[in-house]
Amino acid sequence: MDKEVIEQHGLSQEEYQKILALLGREPNRLELGLFSVMWSEHCSYKSSRVHLRKLPTTGERVVQGPGENAGAVDIGDGLVAVFKIESHNHPSFIEPYQGAATGVGGILRDIFTMGARPIALLNSLRFGPLESPKNRYLLEGVVAGIAGYGNCMGIPTVGGEIYFNEIYNQNPLVNVFCLGIAKKDRLFRASASGVGNTVIYIGSKTGRDGIHGATMASEGFDDSIEARRPTVQVGDPFTEKLLLEACLEIMERELVVGIQDMGAAGLTSSSVEMAGRGGTGIELEINRVPRREEGMTPYEVMLSESQERMLLVAKPGREDEILSVCARWDLAAAVIGRVTDSRRVVLIEEGRIVADLPIPALTDDAPVYERPMETPAYLDSIQGINLDLIPQPKDLGDALMAVLVSPTIASKRWVYQQYDYMVRTNTVVRPGLEAAVVRIKGTRKALVLSVDGNGAYGILNPYRGGVIAVCEAARNIVCAGGRPIGLTDCLNFGNPERPDVMWQFALSVEGIADACRQLEIPVVSGNVSFYNETHGLGIYPTPIIGMVGLIEDADRVVRPGFKDAGDRIVLLGETKEELGGSEYLKQIHSREGGFPPLLDLAVEKALHKCCLDAIEAGIIKSAHDCSEGGLAVTLAEAAILSGPSLGATVVLPDLPIRMDAHLFGETQSRIIVTVEEARLMELERRCAQEGVPMAVIGRVEGDRLTIRIEGQDRPLIDRPVEAVRTAWDGAIESYFEGRKKEGHDGDV
Amino acid sequence: MRFGILVFPGSNCDHDCYHVIKHLLGQPADFIWHKETDLRGVDAVIIPGGFSYGDYLRTGAIAQYSPVMKSVRDFARAGGPVLGICNGFQILLEAGLLPGAMLRNRSLKFICKDVFVRVETAETPFTAAIASGRVLKLPIAHAEGNYYADPETLRELQENRQVVFRYCTKEGRISDEANPNGSLDSIAGICNRSRNVLGVMPHPERCTEGLDGNTDGRLFFQSVLEQSGIQSR
Amino acid sequence: MKAKVYVTLKDGILDPQGKAVQQSLHHLGYPAIKEVRLGKYIEIELSPMPLEEAKRAVAEMCRKLLANTVIENFRFEVE
Repeated sequence: MDKEVIEQHGLSQEEYQKILALLGREPNRLELGLFSVMWSEHCSYKSSRVHLRKLPTTGERVVQGPGENAGAVDIGDGLVAVFKIESHNHPSFIEPYQGAATGVGGILRDIFTMGARPIALLNSLRFGPLESPKNRYLLEGVVAGIAGYGNCMGIPTVGGEIYFNEIYNQNPLVNVFCLGIAKKDRLFRASASGVGNTVIYIGSKTGRDGIHGATMASEGFDDSIEARRPTVQVGDPFTEKLLLEACLEIMERELVVGIQDMGAAGLTSSSVEMAGRGGTGIELEINRVPRREEGMTPYEVMLSESQERMLLVAKPGREDEILSVCARWDLAAAVIGRVTDSRRVVLIEEGRIVADLPIPALTDDAPVYERPMETPAYLDSIQGINLDLIPQPKDLGDALMAVLVSPTIASKRWVYQQYDYMVRTNTVVRPGLEAAVVRIKGTRKALVLSVDGNGAYGILNPYRGGVIAVCEAARNIVCAGGRPIGLTDCLNFGNPERPDVMWQFALSVEGIADACRQLEIPVVSGNVSFYNETHGLGIYPTPIIGMVGLIEDADRVVRPGFKDAGDRIVLLGETKEELGGSEYLKQIHSREGGFPPLLDLAVEKALHKCCLDAIEAGIIKSAHDCSEGGLAVTLAEAAILSGPSLGATVVLPDLPIRMDAHLFGETQSRIIVTVEEARLMELERRCAQEGVPMAVIGRVEGDRLTIRIEGQDRPLIDRPVEAVRTAWDGAIESYFEGRKKEGHDGDV
Repeated sequence: MRFGILVFPGSNCDHDCYHVIKHLLGQPADFIWHKETDLRGVDAVIIPGGFSYGDYLRTGAIAQYSPVMKSVRDFARAGGPVLGICNGFQILLEAGLLPGAMLRNRSLKFICKDVFVRVETAETPFTAAIASGRVLKLPIAHAEGNYYADPETLRELQENRQVVFRYCTKEGRISDEANPNGSLDSIAGICNRSRNVLGVMPHPERCTEGLDGNTDGRLFFQSVLEQSGIQSR
Repeated sequence: MKAKVYVTLKDGILDPQGKAVQQSLHHLGYPAIKEVRLGKYIEIELSPMPLEEAKRAVAEMCRKLLANTVIENFRFEVE
């Protein structure tokens, strides 16, 4: 076949040779198309697979690990939590609203395909700084897209996180997490079994949209992206809502043996993967596929990424019932094929076989690469940072305010207020805090959800970036009173064909794996997004962890804000002189560099146990994890989130470290908790028992945040909480109000 | 007291309303599919929030022609209590059961947050147990809640005391800052002339259990029960 | 045969979307714009029928569904 055609399909010459060897003949163009999507990075995980094997994926509660549409973890009462995180980075840069909207649509289908009703969405976003009109346009579009889809579906978006950094200017990240609940004994798999069973297509009709989306997500960006706009799919949340209700009804009535959504690579991957998992074959009559446009070729039908479509394998004799459920929900449905025992995918158009390929060739035999790795040359220069040359700010109170209004730290109210975060009436802890909590109706339980990952650590030390992402997510869950029970990861990286990117990837995965093993949290699902690069510049290694924790009694939820005046403020953990990769260095000194904070997994584990036991014993009234922005920001947030503007008087021990590092350094394994005076002793005893350092550092009182160092009279920071709150709360909004005055409109 | 909860394709607060009525108030509740024409003898109708028909064309525009709406008209004409929440309110406007129309929020954005509303009249089945003038904290979640009516209609609404809720500050003061979406006269909810049909933008069903410390929404349901002489649990 | 329907907000009704577009156009360097109003354009493919009958039908569709006459005006062409 023509060299150019092979290249257009994103296949290398070696890969093409492998296809020839597997088939013993030349593929036709349609067959080449099937190989191109099935062997794309997006579908085959060919560069990441060898590394992903390192992740621990088993555990007592794991009901479904990686390899299905989503993972599932036992939460008792005969129920499982089904969850996954997925990226939609490339489409969101090309068309932010539709890119983000269809990202939400895709992850929702992954969850309800398993027979679970989705009950919560979270997202993790990365953009360039908001000073740029283009970045504001992207943020505004992505947020509106997430809102437009999730709100219409009636699935609450209960939390998330956003970081801003120049490195994401050309490659914003949009990762969406979804959680659903299913009965343990009624979990559905995407498998085509039962030779002779009917294959049914339901949902939206197939159009020409999104052809080659999977291969697009497997390439970097260049200047041609404007012209690629037509490959972005348009979401229809209304149809997806009907699809959700129809599918859940079909599964509840046990009318199907297998079900799979048509996501990336559409009909091709859904049919091939289902037959692959079932160890069967599949025969499809292409001309029966409902179509939106006339004159579509089998190639276009098979590769289309039109949204809101599902493929079902019916139980024998139940076809009519399936079709009548679809009719009730006004959904298009058609019988398009059957399950065979051939282990081949056979495509028929008007009675003529147009493709006939062995299924293992498309799945198991897809290439797996151990791509070359190399320690990047940049590492020494960015890690080496001489703190002696960085002056301390004169006024640390001003520094606090400057860090608090940095969009990465500031309130995300402007964003989450656009999401319906209350529908379904399960939201116990609303967005804006570090973890979201949703109750499980019909039980006393609640689930704590958190998404985390810091690329600024990842670039300085990818291994530690991976470790910290897991630990911080777990710490957030522990602070709310939850026990971590499982996680899903979205690994966002640059071009895997670059040895330094592959090095970043391998180390990040190792970091995640080590942290998971030590904290005993299994990875049950995940997604890899490579090729986040433009003009050869890749993003920071940005692994995002979506974690789920279980609270046995929803009434026991702990929040980060101070609760009552008079309570004592306690720091669990130790503060070291660690400024590398901190938000403070970036905001105040415009520096990104140094070594990210150290993390001792044994120390972290002891901290979690100590904090959680104390919460369950009812000792702890509020708990807030100490992360970006350090101790000062953590204390400020605890005051802001107290509701009635409770202040605090804090006296920090006189440590032999820089004052700015004390206040803003991001030393790991620290939690700020509050307790009643009378229960301090009890907490002390528990900390001593677990070997967790603890220091009573202050008291909740008044309406000002005052921080001093022991033995010094003059406070380092002394501000009214209300002023702190106002600045923090309105920071992101001010970029959008400002835009109108500046007149940057439409400058994109 | 038997409640009928309408379900349109795209309704998404139907289960939330059902949960409140069935599990909190212990009253029987039926889902009524939009293609049905029989309200099965229910004592009150709730049109829940959501995105009926995707809110395509205009919010509530397509739902007004669902078969069930004819029965709802008859039910309302006979004096039966009807509560439209959010999208349900929009459907009641499009169906002409309440006067006026909804425009996009003046921020052009979807807004989800708690707001305060002042109860302007206790003379509806759903506010009978709430003192006039009382301030309630209720959540809103909509992109099109910017109520509009022509001056003539507005005057009639005011004269007939059909304005049931107005957005206000925590202290009960009506002000532009307390108006989240630009609604005319800060209107958050209105009733028809015979007072049995009520439309509100805020979601009372979302704050009945005190998950976030707030149970103000429960008053709506208690009112309608007390009106029928039922003590709610 | 095809009907082209235009639905616009009535005069005097605040059009926040139109206002936003207008501001944006001003910023882009078109100061001469006095007002922008956003509306909907709807195309309807009809089976062949007498023109008068088609017009009657389309007008009815507009009043019933396509426009909300509390806030919107409509006009249409049939060809």
